Amino acid sequence: MTEDPLWSIFLNASLINNFVLAYFLGICPFMGVSGKLSTATRMGGAVMFVMLVSSVCAFGINWFLVAIDAPYLKLISFIAVIASTVQLVEMFIKKMSPALFRALGIFLPLITTNCAILGLALFQTNRGYDFVQCLVYAAGAGVGFTLALVLMAGLREKLDLADTPKVVEGSALALLVAGILSIAFMGFAGLGG
Amino acid sequence: MSEPRRDPTSTDEFIKGLWKENPVFVQVLGMCPVLAVSNTAENALAMGLATMFVLVMANAVISSLRRFIPKQVRIATYILVIATFVTVVEYVIQAISLDLHKALGAFISLIVVNCLILGRAEAFASKNTVSRSVLDGLGMGAGFTFALLCLGGVREIMGSGSLFGVDLFHEGYQDWVIMILPSGGFFTLAAWLLVFNRLKARRERRAAVTAEVMS
Repeated sequence: MTEDPLWSIFLNASLINNFVLAYFLGICPFMGVSGKLSTATRMGGAVMFVMLVSSVCAFGINWFLVAIDAPYLKLISFIAVIASTVQLVEMFIKKMSPALFRALGIFLPLITTNCAILGLALFQTNRGYDFVQCLVYAAGAGVGFTLALVLMAGLREKLDLADTPKVVEGSALALLVAGILSIAFMGFAGLGG
Repeated sequence: MSEPRRDPTSTDEFIKGLWKENPVFVQVLGMCPVLAVSNTAENALAMGLATMFVLVMANAVISSLRRFIPKQVRIATYILVIATFVTVVEYVIQAISLDLHKALGAFISLIVVNCLILGRAEAFASKNTVSRSVLDGLGMGAGFTFALLCLGGVREIMGSGSLFGVDLFHEGYQDWVIMILPSGGFFTLAAWLLVFNRLKARRERRAAVTAEVMS
């Protein structure tokens, strides 16, 4: 697995094994904030950013835990470090660039407990990626998440105008649309080997 | 989450998680594992039991510590408690069955970020006694397992023509492969939500009719 070329890792994470539509990671924000296109784009940006940061952290922790021979602490330290790093980054952004902070808004704290972030950290250690591969994998996953979120938001904005029966309104309809979107993404299988 | 007017008995705590406030079908919480590991009934059952264990233990610990946890750091504390039990579950599953561990993969670790568990800790265990929190965890866990089994059963029967690995239709059944694939998970859950919406709408209509007759 470690011999994968970088472009293949990127394609794999963003399209073929899309985090939302193939691995079902981050379904909660996917359902929750895909109502409007503008919010979806910003949420995607925030997630991509946190993914890059936490990927670097996870790489560091894993290296350290392997060094002290304590793999059973992996999960606890991942979640604790990721949560506190997000908090730190949030404070940093607030100080350095209030405009960016306002743009990301409430989403930054919310994504701490997004399964896509922890999933990314776990997958990259399981696959034994090196540092650059980790970064590329995180970027790919972020792009894939944003893509799925934006597509979904566009579809749901159109759906609001449609006349749907009362029973399917809400989560059921959103899930049906997500299923069709997931079929569409299956078409990417085989791309890039 | 409306509290009933009379003091709820312990059976009520248990039953509400199973049906009236079913975490998956009614509250739509914890979707990631529901969709991801429900491709066979066996995986679904294992995942449900693992989540139930974590839910009960985390509820018990958090509820017994509820007077000592400072309000500002409560979420971080909850997550640490949950992560501890998830680590335990992960090693137990690995010891019992390596195949199961491979099939569930990273999703065992991802129980940590299951919004259902954190949600119950915050909404229930931090305010109630230990015994009631344990009952609540049992009920919610059973409801979650029930929902997972509903999905896993349907997907396995349709997708591979078997249930718990037992062949149901013998030869002559064309596997409906899409049900095993990710999109099948979305469709099955959507279908179950439709059923529940339908039931709810009918109950409300009946209640309205009864109210009219009574008045």
